[in-house]
Amino acid sequence: MPTFVRTEKCDGCKGQDKTACMYICPHDLMALDKDGSVTGHAMKAYNQEPEQCWECYSCVKICPQQAIEARHYADIVPLGGSVQPLRGSDSIMWTIKFRNGTLKRFKFPIRTTPEGSIDPYGGKPAADMSKIEENGFFVQCNGYREGDRSELIKL
Amino acid sequence: MAGEFGNPEVVEEEVDILLIGGGMACCGAGYEVMRWAEGTDLKIRLVDKAAMDRSGAVAMGLSAINTYIGTEQDPADYTRMVSNDLMGITRDDLAYDVGRHVDESVHLFEEWGLPIWKTDENGERFDGSKGMTPLKDGGKPVRSGKWQIMINGESYKWIVAEAAKKALGTDNIQERIFIVKLVNDKNDPNRVAGAVGFSVREDKVFVYKAKAILLAAGGCVNIFRPRSVGEGTGRAWYPVWNAGSTYAMAAEAGAEMTLMENRFVPTRFKDGYGPVGAWFLLFKSKATNATGEVYMDRNKDMLDDYPPYGAAAVPASCLRNHLMLKEMKEGRGPIWMDTVTALANLRETLTPREVKHLEAEAWEDFLDMCIGQCGIWVGENIEPDKKNSELMPTEPYLLGSHSGCCGIWVSGPTDVGAPTDEAYSEGIPEHLPKGWNWGYRAMTTVTGLWTAGDGVGASGHKFSSGSHAEGRLAAKAMVKFCLDNKDYKPELDTSVEDLVAEIYKPVRNFMEHKDYSTAIDINPNYITPKMLQFRLQKIMDEYVAGVATYYTTNEHMLKVAGEKIDMLKEDAEKMRAKDLHELLRAWENYHRIITAEAHMKHIEFRQESRYPGFYYRAHVDLVDKSKLFK
Repeated sequence: MPTFVRTEKCDGCKGQDKTACMYICPHDLMALDKDGSVTGHAMKAYNQEPEQCWECYSCVKICPQQAIEARHYADIVPLGGSVQPLRGSDSIMWTIKFRNGTLKRFKFPIRTTPEGSIDPYGGKPAADMSKIEENGFFVQCNGYREGDRSELIKL
Repeated sequence: MAGEFGNPEVVEEEVDILLIGGGMACCGAGYEVMRWAEGTDLKIRLVDKAAMDRSGAVAMGLSAINTYIGTEQDPADYTRMVSNDLMGITRDDLAYDVGRHVDESVHLFEEWGLPIWKTDENGERFDGSKGMTPLKDGGKPVRSGKWQIMINGESYKWIVAEAAKKALGTDNIQERIFIVKLVNDKNDPNRVAGAVGFSVREDKVFVYKAKAILLAAGGCVNIFRPRSVGEGTGRAWYPVWNAGSTYAMAAEAGAEMTLMENRFVPTRFKDGYGPVGAWFLLFKSKATNATGEVYMDRNKDMLDDYPPYGAAAVPASCLRNHLMLKEMKEGRGPIWMDTVTALANLRETLTPREVKHLEAEAWEDFLDMCIGQCGIWVGENIEPDKKNSELMPTEPYLLGSHSGCCGIWVSGPTDVGAPTDEAYSEGIPEHLPKGWNWGYRAMTTVTGLWTAGDGVGASGHKFSSGSHAEGRLAAKAMVKFCLDNKDYKPELDTSVEDLVAEIYKPVRNFMEHKDYSTAIDINPNYITPKMLQFRLQKIMDEYVAGVATYYTTNEHMLKVAGEKIDMLKEDAEKMRAKDLHELLRAWENYHRIITAEAHMKHIEFRQESRYPGFYYRAHVDLVDKSKLFK
């Protein structure tokens, strides 16, 4: 289903040049209608190419106003259901509503470290330039293994 | 200041290493390259057409890491699986090199914060937030298949991108710039000297010169007419933004492609294309025909036609499709995933708490990586313990990292006994390297051009983790190459003016002709990128073994396809772009055409049904063993 923007919830990311949904959409689908000439709603975001939407929910998850939802692909899916996340810093909550009204809720972890806390080279050695042509990476994390390769390479 | 529409500002930059793409492969490259480049003065740049936090095939997240070798398994055994699943035509040197390195990346992912499911000493499963022993210290993952491990992967890409972005530094990253063309060196046509692209946010064209370029911009989606007809066409199985840019740009720069006839036709939950792996392997579900017969049992004799690929513990992916398609063609569809029986069986031995956990696991499998499938379940009132779901083979996809192996021919590792010049030269054209390695790991046959992930041909089943590791291997070799070529000054073989004119041609087509007709989309002087894509999809579907013909083609149909594609390429010159968003689509679709043409020509060349279940060359039904290689 393509995602859609709830008119009364979207604030156009407060007049910034670029909205959060525009920033994140991997397929460049979200646009900001600055003067309302496209949608009739000035300073609101909209999905400009719904038939190209992968329903990846990147915009839904990032929207600071929770203004974005999904109405699943109308050429496939009967109306009435909804799948809505609330993504926090360490977990995501899903509210799942069936067409027949059945409701389910799930919560899953999404990361075990604080967002922004990764120290990519912290505690890791510098690269040893004398080994640049050898196997392995600049750092060893107990994952490199040779194995028995006696049966490899067919011609 | 940016230029204006139709008259873009031109930004010229020179770097040493240019990374094109922001997915798993380029994130791996970005992480590795900065460490090796420390103190070398090499200038590095990553350019992504989207935002790294959510770009590439892992944008939505994943519920599993599909390649993790682990201490108890052997990377050589992994290599044999890769070969068998891809019907014997893969490069052991490449697969093995991924296999021996890949766990390094997975261990980093866990360190960075990716939750990985674990089992305790009693065999009970726990999600990845419980602080159990990390994999690198001997923690036991939850296997959902021999090589797969389960994760809580909603933020998988976000986490991997955070590490890459911090390693690279924001000054070395440019987002929302779509590279559309590589430029060869003025003094050496078989060397790459730069790349050009444009911003999808402002009127700017970027011209980069670089000594070494990593082209890792994903596989190819939407060259075949999708099964969906409207909004659902966005629900491709692989990400809809993978436009074949990797293959098209490399081919146009002169890189030797390999196995472009290979494709992947995943069997997935119908319409939503939700993953089936956990259902088959973790929940022990069976797939049946309309009357409940398990087609893998009913038709198992068909596997005997394809030894050894059919005889393996897990028969090759295409053959599993082959057995299913028999049921569909003979009128015994629909095909069902029997989730009801599977969950009932599991419940017999589980406590109520474990049953609740099991239900959450089943939903998370979709929510982590294919939310659209949940949309179908809620819309159709499907609860998997009460109602079975339909399975369907999708439209074909081209990729080199998942269960497919089309791509670019690259230099392999030197230490695993792969053929060298002397051992392997027969039939190799003069301009190509004779052996399987030519000095720099993962370099293509074009000097200075690297690829990784979906770009690397003849080496499938890398998935997310293997693509990351492969990007790291490439990065290291690129640093070495730059240090070895310190005095090289890239010179573009085309003037900047001509390059800019070529890139903005769809804009010019629009500006020149837009007032000719009153309806913006109907104009004899130009074609919209969307219509061009529809035409390509129809040609590929009807003539090049799409769903319309149950994946069947023949040399006559391919000939017709070739004629139609030739005219389509001519018309691609007339694509219009009414804004920057449409310019993005125009170039994506140009890349799709070039990729589709390569696919068609390779199928034409390989006169056999090498991948029954993925495509059939009518009249040439069996795998022709005399054509085992090339």
